[in-house]
Amino acid sequence: MLLILLCFRMGVIELAIQNVNSLSIQKLIEEKKKNHNTAGIIEKFIPMILLLAAVVSVLTTIGTVLTLIFETITFFQTVSILEFLTTKKWYPFSETEGTFGILPLVLGTLKVTFIAIIVSIPIGLTSAIYLSEYATERTRRIIKPILEVLAGIPTIVYGFFALTFVTPLLREIIPGLELFNALSPGIVIGIMITPMIASLSEDALVSVPNSMREGAFALGATKFEVALKVVLPAAISGIISSIVLAISRAIGETMIVAIAGGSTPNVDWNVTNSIQTMTAYIVQVSQGDAGYGTTIYYSIYAVGMTLFIFTLIMNLIAQYISRRFREEYE
Amino acid sequence: MNFFDHKSINARMKIRVIVNLFAKIIFFAAMMFGLFILGVLLYRIVSQGIGYLDLQFLQSLPSRKPEQAGVYTALIGSVLLMAVVAPVSLLLGVATAIYLEEYAKDNRFTAFIKVNISNLAGVPSIVFGLLGLTVFVRALALGTSVLAAGLTMSLLVLPIIIVAAQEALKAVPASLREASYAMGATKWQTIVRIVLPVAIPGILTGGILALSRAIGETAPLVVLGLPLFLAYLPKSIFDLFTVLPMQIYNWTGRPQEEFHSLAAAGIIVLLILLLFMNFLAVLIRNKFQKRY
Repeated sequence: MLLILLCFRMGVIELAIQNVNSLSIQKLIEEKKKNHNTAGIIEKFIPMILLLAAVVSVLTTIGTVLTLIFETITFFQTVSILEFLTTKKWYPFSETEGTFGILPLVLGTLKVTFIAIIVSIPIGLTSAIYLSEYATERTRRIIKPILEVLAGIPTIVYGFFALTFVTPLLREIIPGLELFNALSPGIVIGIMITPMIASLSEDALVSVPNSMREGAFALGATKFEVALKVVLPAAISGIISSIVLAISRAIGETMIVAIAGGSTPNVDWNVTNSIQTMTAYIVQVSQGDAGYGTTIYYSIYAVGMTLFIFTLIMNLIAQYISRRFREEYE
Repeated sequence: MNFFDHKSINARMKIRVIVNLFAKIIFFAAMMFGLFILGVLLYRIVSQGIGYLDLQFLQSLPSRKPEQAGVYTALIGSVLLMAVVAPVSLLLGVATAIYLEEYAKDNRFTAFIKVNISNLAGVPSIVFGLLGLTVFVRALALGTSVLAAGLTMSLLVLPIIIVAAQEALKAVPASLREASYAMGATKWQTIVRIVLPVAIPGILTGGILALSRAIGETAPLVVLGLPLFLAYLPKSIFDLFTVLPMQIYNWTGRPQEEFHSLAAAGIIVLLILLLFMNFLAVLIRNKFQKRY
């Protein structure tokens, strides 16, 4: 029995040796070289493939800009650019000949944005100061994630809230308020961007080094004085850029104004009337099945272009402020 | 010699302390007011919609009669949309992040890509709708399909994923890379076998947050021409479809009170979906978070 086992084992070992011999060293080297080559090819091509992916984001920007420019040019072939910029009437759906003056739409957007900013800056900034200067670590740990979740609530939800809750409430307080108005979506957009201002400003305030606060405390300042005279000025660039970003969000906000703002382009500064913003106009045309190739169809690109320029300027300002006026304390 | 007039200092001190206390109360009240408003928002929606929210609501097609209407078509549409957005945006986003973090040289072109991405994040979503309408719906002739909408949404959320993936890759300690190189691994081997597995929780968290942005977005889809009312299911990604936010928008726009309640019920479904996704993101972050 043992002998058989021994013979069997010897056989296995012999087989193994034979196997090794059949693979010549040269073959092994060649194999290795071939692997090396494929690895080399992979190493060469992978960065190019990755670069292609990175270029997609650049192409998106170029595509957006080119799309807007070309379709806007087509629009300006039927409507003069002078009429677009200077006329104070926006009646695109007129039977005979539409009037395309962008001013009422811009004014509608500015009205809503202005109200939103008035609502959101006080609440957003004071919340940020409270969180960074007064709140305990535990409170901050609870509130911060709530802010982030709130910033992620879809705008359609806020739009529903504006139309079915805020507008009826406001109409009880202000008798002359129309069903669709600038006030209600303005306030609700303000509520929507408040978490954003609070969260970004709080980041800016927290990043002010503690040594500065301690210096002021050592001189006998109260917390309020430290917050107002030391921390706030030191973090001002971050705070202002957070506000500018929030303004940009408010300008581009679509669903809230489309639901609660109405569709009457007006040129006055009245906030109780029905208005139309640039975004709401694009929504109105998109829903209305304006035939492809009509002037109205191209007009949404001209409006989109105006909107794009507005938000781009805001974003560039925000970037400029946070770069130019950042105070480094290390 | 007495340098300080203790009396006047003490007198002023009292005022300063009171001002401080007052400010603290005001700041706290402002924050609580903000949270209170958002609490009211959620309470209103839940109390209005909860009555309509049942299994039948989830399984029914939309209907002109409020008591028979449901979100089934919209729910399937949203899931299909995610099935397109998730792979496209994750692949593109992670590849871009790897390029920028691991391969890109510190030159003007790289700086341009980075500035471009941060600007892209600030473009209003409705403008992406115009881009999608021109490029995907018309030029590539995809029509108002799941694919066209999915590609548009992928571009919209791309900056979010890129930034999240960049942060995740940056957080991988250099010692791990160096150990891998020291063992003779090539750059790509190091990235795939060492860096990516460590960075994956961060990437996934960012990806889920980006998807939750895409699932609630309405404006670009309106521009693409998605129908507000669709009573049949899409069969493939080349078909007409509608999504949850569009269905909610449709119901909100109707004058009857019953449809507003339906909209509220739809919002509850949407918020539960979002909450679940956020929860998933937190879970992934906590489960896989390792400290090196």
